[in-house]
Amino acid sequence: MKTLLVAEYREGALLNATYELVAFAEKLGAESAMFLVGSDTALPKYDGTLYLADVAQAGEFNPAVHKQLLLDVIAKEQPELIVFSHSSYGWDLAPRVALALNAAQISEVVDVAGNTFVVPACNAKLRRDLQSKTAQTVVTLQGGAFGLSAEPSGTPKVEKIETATASPLEFGGYEAVEKGGVDLTKAEIIVSAGRGIGKAENLEMISQLAEALGGEYGASRPVVDAEWAEHNRQIGTTGQTVSPKLYVACGISGAIQHLAGMKKSEFIIAINTDKDAPIGEVADVLAVADLKELVPALTERIQKL
Amino acid sequence: MESKFKVNTEGKWYDNVDLAWRMNEYDEFAVEQAVQVKDQVGEADVTVLSIGIDKVKETMKKALAMGCDRGVHVNDDASYAKDPFEIASIIAAFARDKGFDLIFTGMQSQDRGSAQVGVLVAEMLGLPSVSTIVDFAFDNGQITAKRELEGGLRAIIKTQAPALLTCQLGLNTPRYPTLPNIMKAKKKELLTLEVATLLQDGARQETVKMYVPEKKGGGLVLEGDVGAIADQLVQILKEKTGVLA
Ligand SMILES: Cc1cc2nc3c(=O)[nH]c(=O)nc-3n(C[C@H](O)[C@H](O)[C@H](O)COP(=O)(O)OP(=O)(O)OC[C@H]3O[C@@H](n4cnc5c(N)ncnc54)[C@H](O)[C@@H]3O)c2cc1C
Repeated sequence: MKTLLVAEYREGALLNATYELVAFAEKLGAESAMFLVGSDTALPKYDGTLYLADVAQAGEFNPAVHKQLLLDVIAKEQPELIVFSHSSYGWDLAPRVALALNAAQISEVVDVAGNTFVVPACNAKLRRDLQSKTAQTVVTLQGGAFGLSAEPSGTPKVEKIETATASPLEFGGYEAVEKGGVDLTKAEIIVSAGRGIGKAENLEMISQLAEALGGEYGASRPVVDAEWAEHNRQIGTTGQTVSPKLYVACGISGAIQHLAGMKKSEFIIAINTDKDAPIGEVADVLAVADLKELVPALTERIQKL
Repeated sequence: MESKFKVNTEGKWYDNVDLAWRMNEYDEFAVEQAVQVKDQVGEADVTVLSIGIDKVKETMKKALAMGCDRGVHVNDDASYAKDPFEIASIIAAFARDKGFDLIFTGMQSQDRGSAQVGVLVAEMLGLPSVSTIVDFAFDNGQITAKRELEGGLRAIIKTQAPALLTCQLGLNTPRYPTLPNIMKAKKKELLTLEVATLLQDGARQETVKMYVPEKKGGGLVLEGDVGAIADQLVQILKEKTGVLA
């Protein structure tokens, strides 16, 4: 089996998720080649052919151009599998390539066995085994699902590629969400509020528990989107990645994008009314209770110590 | 998502019974954005489309009450079994000759989460598309959108209508339909089309099975009286973490 791995590059650096693609090919025991719009000053540690387009010409985000570059390489390499990360880059580009190839796309793969791909459904409460019905298949891999057995090593054989495709999109640069205020990456204790708090006023009891424990409060995305908390409190792929000594998740279901930001915490306590919430998978302790009762009760006991 | 999902007897999708139905979370932001553009430009006509069983009409009524002008229900008892390519084909077939200036979709569904359909529709129609937007501005056909990347970064993208945008959580604040608008929505047009009239192609992937994943996390589960749980947690904090020292 032959695979083409679509590496990622942003703001002058190769993204580490690239090595998860290599790990995936390794797990399949498949041959691979790699595609990258990047720079020869930031090459992946990889033994194999690297088709490299210069980011100065092709742009970091330019789907029409990246698609054409990829299609040219695919025509040459004839891979059976085209492998992306399930990232903002991958889920944008993959369907464009899949349609052009008349290929199936299987998204957010967490495991593979032969020609069967495992993907999550319904916030990881269920899983599906999927099979492609087309000769070529495009897949995107869930972040963190595949890991290399050893440190990446090697030197790629670079083949430069280019295209003269026009783009209907104009990239106007990046913008960082405002930083400042609290830095959760430095906090040793974090108590986080999820949508389960129900309303803005209930954030108070979360911050009180955080204070009683001598820590900071954090939040899941819906709490930030609803403007109950500032963005600098958000934990997850599109917020902060933290690894405190203690993480208390209150009313947080445990979506993969949240877990990615906190699963490396040393000790995790989850408070949730749903015994089957996926947060239970990473929690050391799952307290099945209404946070509106348990959080104040816990705060009171800690304050009395 | 806190519903209890059960796999259906066929073993390929979940059972609909006992589930509370609501609009896909990501789609709420799409509906709101379309209505906001209408509010902004004045003369605009917003169509909301949904594929599925008769029950999806309830969801569309919410969209109509939020301010969409008409609903199109693509009647399909087996939409759950369709793959992203088929779903996108249906939407593209409907949209092809309608001359929409803007198409908004959710960036993904909450159940499948493939994040493919919006981008596929745009590619099928030959339209530019920007996925995962968290900000949108429209000025005389000129679109400025911000796409969300990982770690709090956004990319600013400009393009020209006609275009398709896939909407990420937090793009806007979806409005609650008011009672007068709910009443008005009842009089709005709600067209039903049969899926067979729109779908020509077949699926490109198939579900072998759906199942509840094996539980791996062997963490301690505390249940019962809240006071007793609080006592146990204090004990655990003392013994297992250094934080109460
Ligand atoms: C590209 C992308 C990026 C994302 N980035 C992030 C990110 O950075 N961070 C992030 O958090 N999310 C992110 N998300 C969103 C993520 O997918 C989930 O939607 C989100 O994490 C859910 O937040 P939640 O757990 O608070 O809410 P829900 O999933 O709605 O869960 C609420 C939980 O509260 C429980 N509950 C309800 N009432 C109570 C009560 N009274 N007491 C106790 N428990 C209760 C429920 O059982 C449920 O488990 C992202 C999504 C996408 C697509």
